[in-house]
Amino acid sequence: MPVDVFAEVISNRHLSSDYNVLELAAPEIAERALPGQFVMVKAGNRLEPLLRRPFSVFHVLKPNGTIVGLSLLSKRIGPSTMLLFDARPGDRVQCLGPLGRPFAPIAPPDEAWLVAGGVGLAPFATLAETLRARGVTVKLYYGARRAAELFCLDAFEGMGVELALATEDGSRGDRGRVTQPLERDLKARGGDTKVMVYACGPEPMLAAVATLSAAYGAVCQVSVERVMGCGVGGCYSCVIPITTGGGSWHHVRSCLAGPVFRSDEIKW
Amino acid sequence: MDLAVRIGSLTLKNPLIAASGCFGYGTEYAELVDLSSLGAVAVKGLFLAEREGHPPPRIVETPAGMLNAIGLQGIGVRRFIAEKMPELRARGAVVIVNICGTTLLEYVELAKILSDVEGVAALELNISCPNIKEGGITFGCSLHGTAEVVAAVRGATRLPIIPKLTPNVTDISSIAEAAADAGADAVSLVNTFLAMAIDVETRRPRLSNIVGGLSGPAIRPIAVRMVYECRQKIRIPIIGMGGIATATDVLEFMIAGAAAVQVGTATFADPLIWPKLLDGMRSYGERHNVTKIGDLIGTIDTSAREQEWISS
Repeated sequence: MPVDVFAEVISNRHLSSDYNVLELAAPEIAERALPGQFVMVKAGNRLEPLLRRPFSVFHVLKPNGTIVGLSLLSKRIGPSTMLLFDARPGDRVQCLGPLGRPFAPIAPPDEAWLVAGGVGLAPFATLAETLRARGVTVKLYYGARRAAELFCLDAFEGMGVELALATEDGSRGDRGRVTQPLERDLKARGGDTKVMVYACGPEPMLAAVATLSAAYGAVCQVSVERVMGCGVGGCYSCVIPITTGGGSWHHVRSCLAGPVFRSDEIKW
Repeated sequence: MDLAVRIGSLTLKNPLIAASGCFGYGTEYAELVDLSSLGAVAVKGLFLAEREGHPPPRIVETPAGMLNAIGLQGIGVRRFIAEKMPELRARGAVVIVNICGTTLLEYVELAKILSDVEGVAALELNISCPNIKEGGITFGCSLHGTAEVVAAVRGATRLPIIPKLTPNVTDISSIAEAAADAGADAVSLVNTFLAMAIDVETRRPRLSNIVGGLSGPAIRPIAVRMVYECRQKIRIPIIGMGGIATATDVLEFMIAGAAAVQVGTATFADPLIWPKLLDGMRSYGERHNVTKIGDLIGTIDTSAREQEWISS
């Protein structure tokens, strides 16, 4: 059951001029959250911006083994994320969650290949942690505009996650899209290993990862982000077309039926 | 404070109604909100058939408000009765079913089907959705069309009927009057204001439907004025709505003439708003020595204005 917390900001770490990691004192939510679930967030309680915005839970904070809150990975793109970028310790943030359908984890000997584009890295810290704890081999394919926007690499490496990077300007890893190293590895992969691809990022990237996964016989779970009004199924804004066989489809709410879907469920 | 109010033959335990189109079928909120604590739940508009609605983007935020063009996606009345009503009944919700037709016959058919369903307390007639071309608003924009739908449904059901009116007309009070004369038990107003927003970088509309309905605090003063105007013309109860986000807003609508209110957009931002509104209303009652909230309805004092100006 989701909980609403008017959470105090513990810290706000700027990763760049656009990206920040906001730590919120919302242990009630953090202890329930599963990898891939999200929270609906709004800084303060004014009328503008009016609506909350969805964020994946980035980290569950447990400094001494006790859960004290959660963090969000945010990119400044509009008024709401601007307020979150400028938030200071002690400020209050409305936070409702955990919401939505989480990633379905796998177990060894299957491998997990996580594909992140930009701020789409957000759900993968907790997912990688969960999978590594189960002894699953995890690779992270992570793409960004430039090297300076590839964040938290140490943390993933520290968990024993193998990295494959790509930047649009070629300043680190492959020059171009993150789907390039992914396709290389899908092609080179031995037939014996079953791979579950997990993807989060811009929709064109998700569609490309879905196509590649299907072409190389890997199952793929994607976390989509549609414009959400409420996050709890009331407004019918965040719909996505789901195939129902025979070329037909229907709209489902990504806040309730998602945000995680099997990529072959979606009509891309 | 006694919070009960009457809407025709229906008594609500308090004036707060979850607004149609903003609360799903109610069941989505069952874990978050005690549905029986609300005056009533107005469920998402239903046609006879299922509908997929418009493609996204379906909403966009605007100053102190939002535009929506959902396009009345819905599961159709029969699935609603089979899949949603049992839980709504079990949770003790007072259910107002919002019905939409593309034709007069569809309204009548829906009213007949729902009349036999246990737990349906009233019908709200959607003759005001700005986002679909066929039916609905075609009726709600004229005196004749409004009267026609209300009279047809009146002949098909004994349930209280509440046409929901559009503000996108020259004189909403004359539409309200036509609805009352045709046999409506109450009217609810206002639906959203037809509006649009454009992304100047791409020169594209921000909604797939190009235009949509504006809701939220931005429209509240216009909605209050419309409730006030309708109150001068009709004696049947008015259910007021438009940007209500606080207990003060609820009281403003009631003083303007609303017997009950619907809250929609604000519940997106705060799905747990209901007990906060009730607490605020009770504390107003204590401060102002109001023991029955119904006593506030339409008590706006326009005569005092001049005197206050003089004395200050």
